[in-house]
Amino acid sequence: MTTLPTTSRRGFLRGASALGLAVSALAALPRLALAAWNKAAFDAKALPDAYKAMGVENPTASADVQLIASDIAENGAVVPVQAISKIPNTTQISFLVEKNPNTLAALFDIGPDMLPDVTTRLKMGQTSNVIALVKADGKYFTATKEIKVTLGGCGG
Amino acid sequence: MNRREFLHMLSIASAAGMALPLDVARAEQSAEALYDAPAFGNVSLLHITDCHAQLRPIYFREPNVNIGVGSMAGHPPHVVGEAFLKQFGIAPKTRLAHAFTYLDFERYAPLYGKVGGFAHLATLIKRLRASRPGALLLDGGDTWQGSGAAMWTKGQDMVDAAKMLGVDAMTLHWECTYGQDRVKEVAEKDFAGHIDIVAQNIKTQDFGDLVFKPYVMRVVNGVKVAIVGQAFPYTPIANPRYMVADWTFGIQEEGMQKSVDAARGEGAQVVVMLSHNGMDVDLKMASRIRGVDAILGGHTHDGMPAPTIVDNPGGKTLVTNAGSNGKYVGVLDFDVKDGKVSDFRYRLLPVFANLLPADAEMAALVAKTRAPFEEKLGEKLALSEGLLYRRGNFNGSFDQIILDALIAEKDAEIAFSPGFRWGTTILPGEPITMENVLDQTAITYPYVTLTQMSGAQIKQVLEDVCDNLFNADPYYQQGGDMVRVGGMQYSCDPTAGIGKRIGDMTLKGKTIEADKTYKVAGWAPVAETARDAGAESIWDLVARNLRARKTVATPQLNLPKLKNVDGNPGLAT
Repeated sequence: MTTLPTTSRRGFLRGASALGLAVSALAALPRLALAAWNKAAFDAKALPDAYKAMGVENPTASADVQLIASDIAENGAVVPVQAISKIPNTTQISFLVEKNPNTLAALFDIGPDMLPDVTTRLKMGQTSNVIALVKADGKYFTATKEIKVTLGGCGG
Repeated sequence: MNRREFLHMLSIASAAGMALPLDVARAEQSAEALYDAPAFGNVSLLHITDCHAQLRPIYFREPNVNIGVGSMAGHPPHVVGEAFLKQFGIAPKTRLAHAFTYLDFERYAPLYGKVGGFAHLATLIKRLRASRPGALLLDGGDTWQGSGAAMWTKGQDMVDAAKMLGVDAMTLHWECTYGQDRVKEVAEKDFAGHIDIVAQNIKTQDFGDLVFKPYVMRVVNGVKVAIVGQAFPYTPIANPRYMVADWTFGIQEEGMQKSVDAARGEGAQVVVMLSHNGMDVDLKMASRIRGVDAILGGHTHDGMPAPTIVDNPGGKTLVTNAGSNGKYVGVLDFDVKDGKVSDFRYRLLPVFANLLPADAEMAALVAKTRAPFEEKLGEKLALSEGLLYRRGNFNGSFDQIILDALIAEKDAEIAFSPGFRWGTTILPGEPITMENVLDQTAITYPYVTLTQMSGAQIKQVLEDVCDNLFNADPYYQQGGDMVRVGGMQYSCDPTAGIGKRIGDMTLKGKTIEADKTYKVAGWAPVAETARDAGAESIWDLVARNLRARKTVATPQLNLPKLKNVDGNPGLAT
């Protein structure tokens, strides 16, 4: 059975948030460090354009890519998503939201010693397919899930 | 009187909607037999759900519209009336037919009397426990909300009643609308050592830690039984998110499978999921999760006399749903042999108050908790000439009263009222009391709203809610009914996709235009800003309207024109 949260961990992290400034300065580093920021891919307004800018050809749906997310978003502004790849030599995992103004939401480069398991939070304006795109050995694999964004109310 | 005269008298009585002598005879015959459910096997689970804080006996009319679409069409729970009786092999015009369907409700309700009430429920539970030693009592949630007294005591009256009833474990939905702090308070203080709240799908927003135990293990007659909890997955969407700001919900199949596997790993020979998913979601989940013997379900308020048996990669799972408002107790008897379930019996017993003497201890508790509120609850606001009920996919006569009141009191063109499934029934000729109004409206975000909406926005709201009800994939449903609509007319094709179900929107014969604005009254807003606006509570508005009306004629239901559902067994008129 999973252990219940302890106040000590939460208390520790609350204390740590006093260091917020330092943390956010660090957070800016990865982008600076990134060899080539694919601006064209992140600017793409539609799925085919994003794929083209990323060099994705013939992505195949694969059961070895797992996309974990709720069916209905609790808050469209913050939608947690997780992608896990079981495909050997996974070097990249991306999240694409078909109906967002900018399709490509996040791109993670996976190093050789990293587990291909990433979690992030997306902003979604409306119900859309979300795609987890995995690159492995130069080939692309996907898992797709519709996440519904609803007005709320009226249940029960 | 000769035979001809007798038959003539019967036909007059029948036309007047009176109970016939034959009905009375039948009622007396079946009274004792109803609760003679022989014990079976070695592990028994008693299941109540969605009582919505109804501590005293009430009337509750089952729906005549409960449409299923896609693969759900025509399957339980989407059968009503005659189709329901046929599906479950229940003889028409009997006590059971009255319990499970809306058929001739006005005629049979005075004959068979009120249902539920915790004092009568307690008697039945004791009787069942006597014949089934070690039986567990499980509560599917929606227990703390639904009455004025529950709202005013923040659910305390129900917390105390559930403890006295001897509930072993429960899961959550409307409980959360008292706020996450209140739920934690009850879990850690009142329930400690008595009732376990179980929910594998409530986690903290920050780290994804479990807020409650995912399951509890109990030993029944030497057999390890795990109860895995599944709270209502869409609580922060269907109800205000600010009330559970630090918690996240969702269906979470992976978490459910992990909990079931962990329970089996711990030696559970029986694994039961106590669910507030709603029945369509439960049926889909049962087809995908391995290792669950039964899903005891609620939320959609479907009183199902028999379980649906669902195949999955791990074997078979029973799916039940135990209705609402304290009207039923589900009794699931398992025979566990060689470490696994070998056979079962299931019954859904209606709780007829006049067949079960009140339990003195529980009756005293109920009287005590109600005492401070009796005067306010007892106020007679108006006389109802017709039958008032809520349940049904599109509208109910009590909802129509709320809609009419909203339009009149707010001088609105259009009114919306949420498609809740709780709310009791009032017979023709009875007074409408403040308690009755609160039974339909007692929530912690009762604010009345008045908004200028464009025709396009109105259409979007109707489409959005309709998709929550009729999405072909149950995981995208939220389990309420369609928003009740007053003032305007529309058509609805439940079988279409989102954006294409709603059409023919008119107001007083004129087409509703996308870019024109309309004055729309409503209540129960989920936005935090609405809470801070300090608007009137819906029950005050409805009470004011009813006091002025004095006598309320049978409401004319404003219903959409339905398309593509002719012959659907979930629809009777």
